[in-house]
Order: sequence, then C-alpha cells, then structure tokens
Amino acid sequence: MGIFKKPSLKAFGRKKQDMPEGLWHKCPHCGAMNHQLELEEQLRICKECDYHFKLSSQERIDLIVDSGTFQEIHPKLATVDALKFQDYASKVKKYKKLTGLQEAVVTGRAKINGNPVVLGIMDFRFLGASMGSVVGEKITRAIELATQERAGLILFSASGGARMHEGILSLMQMAKTSGALARHAAARLPYISVLTDPTTGGVTASFATLGDIIMAEPRCMIGFAGPRVVKETTHQNLPPGFQTAEFMMEHGLVDLIVSRTEMKDHLSRLLGYMMPSGSAVS
Amino acid sequence: MDVTPLEFEKPIVELERQLAALKESSSGQEIDVSKEIAAIEAKIKKTRKEIYSKLTAWQRVQIARHPARPFMLDYVSHCFDDFIELHGDRHIGDDQAMPAGFARLDSRKCMLVGHQKGRDTKENLKRNFGSANPEGYRKALRLMRLAEKFGMPVVALIDTPGAYPGIGAEERNIAEAIAFNLREMMTLEIPIVAVVIGEGGSGGALGIGVADRVLMLENAYYSVISPEGCAAILWKDRQFAPEAAEAMKLTATDLKRLGVVDEVIPEPEGGAQYDRDAAAANLKDALVRNLNEVSAKPVAKLLEERYQKFRAFGEYEDPVK
Repeated sequence: MGIFKKPSLKAFGRKKQDMPEGLWHKCPHCGAMNHQLELEEQLRICKECDYHFKLSSQERIDLIVDSGTFQEIHPKLATVDALKFQDYASKVKKYKKLTGLQEAVVTGRAKINGNPVVLGIMDFRFLGASMGSVVGEKITRAIELATQERAGLILFSASGGARMHEGILSLMQMAKTSGALARHAAARLPYISVLTDPTTGGVTASFATLGDIIMAEPRCMIGFAGPRVVKETTHQNLPPGFQTAEFMMEHGLVDLIVSRTEMKDHLSRLLGYMMPSGSAVS
Repeated sequence: MDVTPLEFEKPIVELERQLAALKESSSGQEIDVSKEIAAIEAKIKKTRKEIYSKLTAWQRVQIARHPARPFMLDYVSHCFDDFIELHGDRHIGDDQAMPAGFARLDSRKCMLVGHQKGRDTKENLKRNFGSANPEGYRKALRLMRLAEKFGMPVVALIDTPGAYPGIGAEERNIAEAIAFNLREMMTLEIPIVAVVIGEGGSGGALGIGVADRVLMLENAYYSVISPEGCAAILWKDRQFAPEAAEAMKLTATDLKRLGVVDEVIPEPEGGAQYDRDAAAANLKDALVRNLNEVSAKPVAKLLEERYQKFRAFGEYEDPVK
C-alpha cells in the first residue's frame, strides 16, 4: 500500500536541502527566488519586486565611477580593541578574512562622468557595517579631503548602527562625522547621501541623513530604531511598508528613490547642478 | 523624599533596622546600650564605605536610574533663577520630555535645554520616561539658535534612556532630528556646556551633547547602547546587563579616562538622591567654573577647539604615521 502513502513533509524538506548552495537567492522583501546568474545580469535587483540586494563595496564602485578612476585612500587604517571587549578582536579578524576588507567602509577619490568626487562606500558584510573608530575616521577623512580638494562628496550608507564593541568611542563618531559635514557645507560643496539596505541606528542619526540630497535604493530599510524594538516599545502593529525607502520618502526624509540602473546618471546630473562651476573635467 | 534602597544597599538597610530596633527597645529602660549602638553605627559607616567606594558599573547604572534622583527641573530650581520655560518646535508640537528656556545662573543669562523624566506613572506619561521625540530635538535647536542670537551660553542637562523608538518618531524622522543637531551644534557661535546628570542614552543623549565641555555626575552613565540592549544582542539575554555595563566602559571615571568627559562632578555618598542640595551645589560650582572658562575664549578659537575635541575621538592604528 506504500504508493498511497502521503509523502511526508520531511521528505520535501530533505529535497530542498539538496539544492546547490548559493545558486538561488531568496528576495528578503518578496520571497521570490532569484538565480545567481540572473541576479548578476540585472545588477542584483529582484526580478519580481525591484528590491536591491546588498552589494559589496567593489561592486558598487564598478557600478558608479568612471572606469579606472577610483583611488582608495587610507586603506590600511586598522581597528584596535580599545575597550578589550569580549571577542571583538577575533571577530574583526574573522570578518577581515571573510570579506577581504580591512573594515566596513572603503573610501577614495574618483570621477563620475568627469566630476571629481570623494566617495565612501559601506560594506554590510563586515560586522553589519557598524560604525566604530575606523569607520568614523575614514569617513571624516573622506569628508575633509572633499572639502580641501573642493570635490563633491558621495557616501553610500548601509549599517546596523554604532558598533557597541567600541562603546562610547563609536557614539562619538556620530558627532565627529557630522562636524566635518558642517565644514563641508560651509564651503558650499555638495554632499549626496545614498541610503542602501539597511541603514539604521547611529549612521542614520548622523552623516547618512545630512546629505544636501538624500537618495535611496528602492525598498531598502531606513530607520533609527529597528522594527522589532519599535514594536516591543510601543506594543502597536507597524504600518504597512514601515521604514522602507518608499515610506521614508512619503514622510519627507528621502529626496528621490533611484534604481541602480540609473544611479550613476543621477549622481552625475545632480553634481552638475551643485558642483562649483569649472570643476568638472569633461 | 523617601529613597527606596537598591538591592545592593540592603546590608546597610538591615543594619539601620537593627539600630532603630535597639534604640527603640532600650528607650525608657535602665540598661545602657550606648556601646552596642556605637558598635552598630561604626559598622554602618564601614559598610556604607565598603559598598559606595566600590560601586560596579551596573550599580551606578541603577543609581543613575533611581526614581528619587534629582531630575533636570530639580537642578533648574536648585541651581538657577528666573527660569522661563519656552515651548514647541514651531512645526509639530511641544515635547515635554525636553523642557527648555531662559534661566540665570547667578547673574549669567543662559539657555537651558535638557531631558526630563517623571517620578510616577502620570508624570512619566507626560514626560515619556525622558525619551524625546523629534520635536524635542528640534525645539532644543531652535532655542539654542535663539541663545546664539542673543549671545548667551547653552547649558544642556542630559538624562535620557534614549531617543524614543516609536512609530511616530520614525515617521517624523527622529534620526534626522538628532543628526541635524550634531551638525548644527558644531557651528553654534556661543559656548555650550553639557552635563550628563543621570542616563546618557546613546544618540538621544548626544543629540544635545555636542559641547565645548562635557561634564558628568559621578554616578551617571553614558553609553552607545543600554546595557540591556547590548546584552540582548551579544549574549542573547538581557540578564547579562551587568556584564555588558562593565564591558562598555560607561561610567564617569571610565569616560574621563577615554577623554570623552572633561570633568567628573562628585556626588554625595550613595548618590545624588540622598542629598539633593549637596548634589546641586556641586553641579552649580562645576557649571560656573566651566562657563567662565569657555566664555573667555574668542568665538573662532571656541569653534576650532570644539571641532578638534570631537575630531580626536576614536582609537585606531594608522600604519602611515
């Protein structure tokens, strides 16, 4: 009578596990399965819902700067375990190995359609791109360099917030980066902040929301407190679309939501309006 | 005000109970118990010293959160005169978790901003437990700009578990309200002195904390995340809050060592809640002294030093240097 037996759920489970790892990617927004090759072809954008999957800093650089113009600055700035915080040193070591990065942000000079810019790109793979001393210092140096060289400043944010392993020093990076932005603004130089999935906590509450222009990738999560914390604190159901780029645009934070396919073009056109005249090369 | 003792103060409470019992039972009787009384009193003194001289980070967090501890408006009435509270951000509303207004410190005109908590449920609802919404940060900045216009220093009294993580707060862009303050406070052409008087909860504290001098009461704490929040993330259990408090180096003395705090203001033994007048006197003394020092500086120097003060924070390895 075996053939009439209902196949057990366990059997399905096992079948699913057999799927080759890393070939299919589930969209965190709509749940659709995207094939690796397809994703690569479409700039890692979900074919069903337009969600923009996370990118590595290198992928982003390739996407938006004029080919061959990126020169990294301060690549060797290294994290120290200032508070002797449990497991921190080994964690940093692990993520360095895992990502091939020194820290959670890459900064450098570049050109975007000929416009000189200083660029900072956070990479979520490195400890959730949390901001500790090195992230804060690299971003501050990038801002100061942009001011000094009268270049445009573009920061791509993605972050879980301030890095608790460095305690108060992480919190102070918020004031440090924001202070440098005050000077950049006083020099009448543009700063475009691009929010990507997810931008939260101390990064949202500092440089990420201080752009002259605040752009966001479609469907990315933007917030101060995480949705779970908000829910637990208020005991209320969260409104639909809470803390998405679209929601934040509706609530006045985001100037424009731009697809990856048009990111470079938008950055270049915006810089065209805001850069001091005569600074563009092309 | 009655001060409810904290768990770690129980040995003192027990001795005090014994002392009271002894005094009561011996009153009106012939037996001389003065020796016993003196012995218990000596023991109380010793126990107090033992406990209060070796407070752990977590015990200080509990003191910083003590409901009988003086709050912002208590210090305002103890240290300042002629307080005129000013309300509203001129856009959305008035945030009662962040009172602000003109006040005089002796003869000096000041703008006061700060977080205010409540002592009972009713007051806490009004003050939102000291957690400000975006309107609070925007009101604070509006009034700091007013202070700049009329050339008076800003005094910020920090006492918040954190900025409010509510739906409305997110909708009205709480993160932007804080970020904007961080940037603008760096440019205010007047002296700013900030004091962490109780809880220095993360961005919510820093949002009025960019200052020429950052002072801190002895038992206050100032931290990137609450000990409970840190424990929940790193140890997956809020029970480990005491360990997290220790690890994050959030006490006044730790922060002085890290350079984040310029001066630690002493509190009466056991904490400000046991002697408000003494705590307020210490605070006032530190405020007057620091305001005198920063007010003597020309504006350009003041702003450059403020920038460099925050610019210097962070520890890292720079192989190029």
